[in-house]
Amino acid sequence: MTTVSDPQSVAALVAEANDNRVNLDFETEGMTLNMGPQHPATHGTLRIIARLDGEQVISAEPMCGYMHRGYEKLTEVRTYPQINALINRIDWLGSFANEVPFILAAEKLMDVEAPPRAQWIRTILFEMSRVANISLFLGDFGLQLGGMTAGFYAFRDREWVLNQIESATGGRFHPNFDRIGGLKDDLPKGWIEESHTAMDKLLAFCDEMEDLLVGNEIFQGRTRGIGVIPAEIALSYGLSGANLRASGVDWDLRRDNCPPGLVYDKADWKVWTHPDGDCFARTWVRLQETREAAKIVKQLLDTIPSGPVMAKVPRIIKVPAGEAYVATENPLGEMGYYVVSKGDLVPFRVKIRSASFNNISVLPWVARGAYVPDLISILGSLYFILGDIDR
Amino acid sequence: MSQLSSADTETPEEAAPATDDAREAVLAEFTSRLGDGVVGSHIRVGDDLWIRVDRAHWLEAAEVAKSMGYRFFDFLSAIDWLPSPFGRDMDAQEDLVVAGTPAKEPEAMVQGYAGGDTRFQLLARLYSISAGMGITFKCDLPDDDLSAPTWSNVFAGANWHEREAREMFGFSFDGHPNMINMYLPADFVGNPLRKDFPLLARRVRPWPGIVDVEPMPGVADEEGEGE
Amino acid sequence: MTLLLASFAPPYWLSTLIKVLVISAVVPTTALILGMVFLFKIMSWMQSRLGPQEAGPRGTLQLLADGVKFLQKEDIAPNGADLWVFKVAPLVVLMSTLLLYVALPASMHLVVADLDVGVFFVLAIASLSVIGVLMAGWSSANKYSLMGALRAAGQLIAYELPMVLAVIGVVIQAGTMSLNGIVLAQNNGSIFGWGGIGFPYILTQFLGFFIFIAAVQAELTQPPFDMPVAESEIVSGYQVEYTGFRFLIFFLAEFATAFAFAAIAAVLFLGGWAVPWLPTASDWYYVLGPMVLFAKVMIVSFIIFWVRFTYPRFREDQLQSLAWKVLIPLALVNIVVTAVLKVVL
Repeated sequence: MTTVSDPQSVAALVAEANDNRVNLDFETEGMTLNMGPQHPATHGTLRIIARLDGEQVISAEPMCGYMHRGYEKLTEVRTYPQINALINRIDWLGSFANEVPFILAAEKLMDVEAPPRAQWIRTILFEMSRVANISLFLGDFGLQLGGMTAGFYAFRDREWVLNQIESATGGRFHPNFDRIGGLKDDLPKGWIEESHTAMDKLLAFCDEMEDLLVGNEIFQGRTRGIGVIPAEIALSYGLSGANLRASGVDWDLRRDNCPPGLVYDKADWKVWTHPDGDCFARTWVRLQETREAAKIVKQLLDTIPSGPVMAKVPRIIKVPAGEAYVATENPLGEMGYYVVSKGDLVPFRVKIRSASFNNISVLPWVARGAYVPDLISILGSLYFILGDIDR
Repeated sequence: MSQLSSADTETPEEAAPATDDAREAVLAEFTSRLGDGVVGSHIRVGDDLWIRVDRAHWLEAAEVAKSMGYRFFDFLSAIDWLPSPFGRDMDAQEDLVVAGTPAKEPEAMVQGYAGGDTRFQLLARLYSISAGMGITFKCDLPDDDLSAPTWSNVFAGANWHEREAREMFGFSFDGHPNMINMYLPADFVGNPLRKDFPLLARRVRPWPGIVDVEPMPGVADEEGEGE
Repeated sequence: MTLLLASFAPPYWLSTLIKVLVISAVVPTTALILGMVFLFKIMSWMQSRLGPQEAGPRGTLQLLADGVKFLQKEDIAPNGADLWVFKVAPLVVLMSTLLLYVALPASMHLVVADLDVGVFFVLAIASLSVIGVLMAGWSSANKYSLMGALRAAGQLIAYELPMVLAVIGVVIQAGTMSLNGIVLAQNNGSIFGWGGIGFPYILTQFLGFFIFIAAVQAELTQPPFDMPVAESEIVSGYQVEYTGFRFLIFFLAEFATAFAFAAIAAVLFLGGWAVPWLPTASDWYYVLGPMVLFAKVMIVSFIIFWVRFTYPRFREDQLQSLAWKVLIPLALVNIVVTAVLKVVL
């Protein structure tokens, strides 16, 4: 067994072994299968050009760019509050989580800190968007493996969270609620109790998913041992979030490098890892993460302090010159913004480090030698949002 | 360095410059192992570390950092330090011509943390999970030769990021296995993230979003000019 | 009325005409019923949603509306398609379904053709549909279609065997291959000398029933065995290029076949058109028989569709290993045990 210190050489070895196996068994002519940009499993417009031998994948190369909106360029001509509305659309399932690292980066450059109540509400909404995002993953992954009922359950119960996000922010999908120095508004009346109910529903949903899907033998047969990503490979490709933790790397930005402005240390929760690194591990870690997120929300709801939700900031925001990189643990993984400011109304350059871009770049490595149905399992379990790849 | 114009958010200067021993130590070790490849550095206390290396040591920097435990590849991109000749592109250029607005004087090029001498800088970030710290690397690229050795043999994830940087900035990465476009069509001309690449949508018609930064009517304008 | 039916002896041409008309009316009707009841109503009930509500009372006419919609659509064939084969393929699939209904007994005499080898005929005809599927997949000139068709062919070979072997247990116990004979044997038989409730074979052939239902599931390409049409992998497989009424024919054939297989399972394992305590010779079965059979079909269909809505999908190789390593050995054991018991008891 080769040590996995040099990923490229390991990848080359694996590829060679697979090619040999494929070519020796049957001397057949390969087939190029073009999956997408309109394939149901690519939920979005990802295109995968797969070279097949029978049903076995010899190589799979993702083609991005069908949804490239040029956000990095657009940020250079927008003021900071305007960018906040723009970056909502990166990961559209957990939109609020997109706003937070950018706002935190701007706050860091301005040396502003949001009041405690705003930090609490930020963290709560952040975790709610995580629940909204990952609960859909659980259902959607079931859908891709053919268990369609899971998808409907996910859509049904996700509505509880979306309703809460909507009633607090006014937007189901694109809240645009975060502001430099705090939040747009305080919480509406009765929101805290309703959120408790919603989180209870989501915890019940997690149990239901565990019964219906994750515990199912066929599901396990389809995901266990499929698409194994060793920790070293995952790190060198920059996989983050549940994909990295499923490979056994115990790293969560919420716990290990939480930027100031989020209050994860005020709640009692746990980072789950799984040693296997396969599709099942990724699903399982996400399932646990949804539960943890619901628990964090419930705890923070109980301890939310009173006070203002907005610090004193100038109405026209000019960010002092400097550079800052702030990353948070978004539903999909590490999402960060490298903001370069020259003291203007607009940032000079914003590099958006989105999780899915790195997460999906491992696909050519991991898809080699898999079957076409496994390709769907791998794609589904790596869990990407197309807006998060293309930006 | 431009200052915030508002008085109430101006941050007071730190009384005594705080130190960041952990990052100093990382910088010292990195410098000792890379030798004279390190041409600039910057530490923001308790937050981040910037290291600028020269192009000859770009690849070696990745290897050294990886051996120091910085094994998590965060991103690789670039910065074009040329001040935008189009300003914020808030007004359609044809309107400016009609109004007789004089063309903007180009500002001086000011590089950010860790300094720099050239218009284009590579920007990459690695993270050490054990140390809980990240390093942001920068590397100057001379205008006449926008190429750098590829990182994709050290960090496989750099593959896609370099493809993106290539099409967005027009760099080339020596030794990259698959240098094809990431996003743009193959026949696309230009490098969109260069500052001298105009944002076409803005040149065709003005953007209504510009009213957002004008002072509210009836409110004392204590913030100074919007622009 | 029953006497009237019993004494009704039309000439050959008239009876043939009636039979043809009845079959061509029954097949779409059964498909509509299954589609409406299970695909729309039971499925939306299981998935905690409402399902169709607008067309007809509580949305019951939705499928009819869908059918009309399909008929209105343009009949599109891909450029590279083998046109003749492409157009005939759905009909071949439908033909196999229609022929299935020929041998199904709805009562002692309400059967189109009471064949002595009914079981054999039914199982043989059922596998014809894969020819249509292969034709569709090949002629569509689409890689997804081709993969779907090849998967269907592989699946058929793997699942015909356990299906046939599962039925052999029943045939051994009944001592006949006639479907009506099996119904009679079940209702006139006895369990260990006690014939009070008749003798549905599911009591002794539960293993056979399980294998048969699993194989039916695979034959119908329903989850967890729906790889040939796996929507999230190969985008509905061989059906991907079909539109309008040709797609409708595939749809009709799928659900009518489901009904037919449920009916076969009801006949083989649940006592068919007969109910206990009413002698099979009774004239009441002219009316009661179809109703009893229909009720049993709905029960079996419910099981089939319940599984369909619940389970994720196997992978192709997992399906093969399940068939060859689990179902076929189990079926063989079932046959041996049945044969031994048949001789001993």
